[in-house]
Amino acid sequence: MTLHSFIQNATSPWMKNEGPDSDIVISSRVRLARNLEGITFPIIANEEELSPVPEKVEAHFAGHSHKRFGELSLIKMNDLTDNEKRILVEKHLISPNLSGKSKAGAVLLSEDESLSVMVNEEDHFRIQCLLPGFQLQEGLKYANDMDDWMEEKLDFAYDQRRGYLTSCPTNVGTGLRSSVMMHLPALVMTNQLNRILPAINQLGLVVRGIYGEGSEALGNLFQLSNQTTLGESESEIVEDLRSVVSQLVERERAAREQLLTQSTNIVEDRIYRSLGILSYSRRMESKEAMQRLSDIRLGIDTGIIKGIDAKILNELMVLTQPGFLQHYAGEALTAEQRDQRRATLIRERLTLEEHDGGVE
Amino acid sequence: MLCQECQEREATLHFTKIINGEKTEFHICDVCAKERGDYTPGSNSFSIHQLLSGLLDTAGQQKPSREIGAQQRAEKQCPSCGMTYRQFAEIGRFGCADCYESFDEKLDPVLRRIHGGNAQHTGKVPKRKGKDLHVYKQIEDLKQKLQQLIAEEEFEAAATTRDEIRSLEHSLKGKGGESS
Repeated sequence: MTLHSFIQNATSPWMKNEGPDSDIVISSRVRLARNLEGITFPIIANEEELSPVPEKVEAHFAGHSHKRFGELSLIKMNDLTDNEKRILVEKHLISPNLSGKSKAGAVLLSEDESLSVMVNEEDHFRIQCLLPGFQLQEGLKYANDMDDWMEEKLDFAYDQRRGYLTSCPTNVGTGLRSSVMMHLPALVMTNQLNRILPAINQLGLVVRGIYGEGSEALGNLFQLSNQTTLGESESEIVEDLRSVVSQLVERERAAREQLLTQSTNIVEDRIYRSLGILSYSRRMESKEAMQRLSDIRLGIDTGIIKGIDAKILNELMVLTQPGFLQHYAGEALTAEQRDQRRATLIRERLTLEEHDGGVE
Repeated sequence: MLCQECQEREATLHFTKIINGEKTEFHICDVCAKERGDYTPGSNSFSIHQLLSGLLDTAGQQKPSREIGAQQRAEKQCPSCGMTYRQFAEIGRFGCADCYESFDEKLDPVLRRIHGGNAQHTGKVPKRKGKDLHVYKQIEDLKQKLQQLIAEEEFEAAATTRDEIRSLEHSLKGKGGESS
């Protein structure tokens, strides 16, 4: 497999389209949790009780065409190898929980992979719509469409007072979790984010680092999402998040501007050092890779680095994960071997860019 | 810092829960977190359910009612899936949709604490099922009105209301026979 086709395979087709504000907002995601009436939730149900759930999905939706998402296919967890499941997790199409221990687990996927419906995860269904850039309202609209479409055939557990009934009481009501992934290097570098985060938490939103252990954010990537799902309408929840995210976008832009005018040399030095290290290293741990790639992305977004596609961060974030590295290598790798492969892959990716003038 | 579970490996997950001003810190390594089954890297289920469990426990103990009453409530069990309130408080998740009904009396304070003071859904109503819910609600309201009209001896208005109820019940049953 050539690196080119490997990248094509690793990045979901939706990632190829740039979305609004994609210099700062990497992706927008809307998820709806739904359960079927009369079937115990996956957390305590046995495989026999849960097996009708994917069967219903297969009968009504797999192979059928949805007006927005096209033809949908059902992938059963039992049909996948461990590494294939891991790859689906690394592409954010399924959760680690579904890949790991879920009984009768499956995922319904659209061709462009912007829609996935996890079957028998914590709830019977998790409808998820993932879009590039800042597109929360569109995400809600599409996830909602899919929900309506599924509801034509299925009876969802719903109560007038409590709304959609979910296994975890933190999801009850709308079952809606909306989130955006943001790249905020300038707010981190200028120490502004620490002051902003407590205020965001007070607004009922949660900020998390991506792939971070504890509160640590790797690669200056942060995920913002709504905390509460009950008592507000779906559009109010999404609007609250949208308004905070757009303020953060403005602040990040202002901080980048300020950094570039006041500390040009320091910022350039940092960006070029990272480019140098990524271009020549022979070993690269995932944590450092994320940090360096964040610098590269900042360099591209601010025009300091030219000739490298801005999608490199999104791509390499996925490509340098253990599942993909092993998939590319065609064999199981030790941590040490992965560090070597990771460095090689990043070098190849950067050179590919130089020779080809960009990946399509 | 060493993991507080195994005391062998370095702790990689650190979190704090504060309930009623009481602060508890957790420091656990990846391996122990995985063994406890609630945590897998990349998900945040571990911390959320740990926190939630603390919250639900406190909510259960909050009402300073007579001890026997409190104990009975703690033993409350969902007839559909068999989950007890205690189990729910431990794992922080319901076993089935009927648990909401089974534990209803305890849920308002819990949901309010989780959802910024809200315990009542105001969002989407499913189209197909929601239609019926709407009609059921109408019938219920009309039945109350009917009782009141009868009590007030407004028999003519009561007859009209009764017909309205019949026609709504009819619509629920489709083209089916006469409703009683």
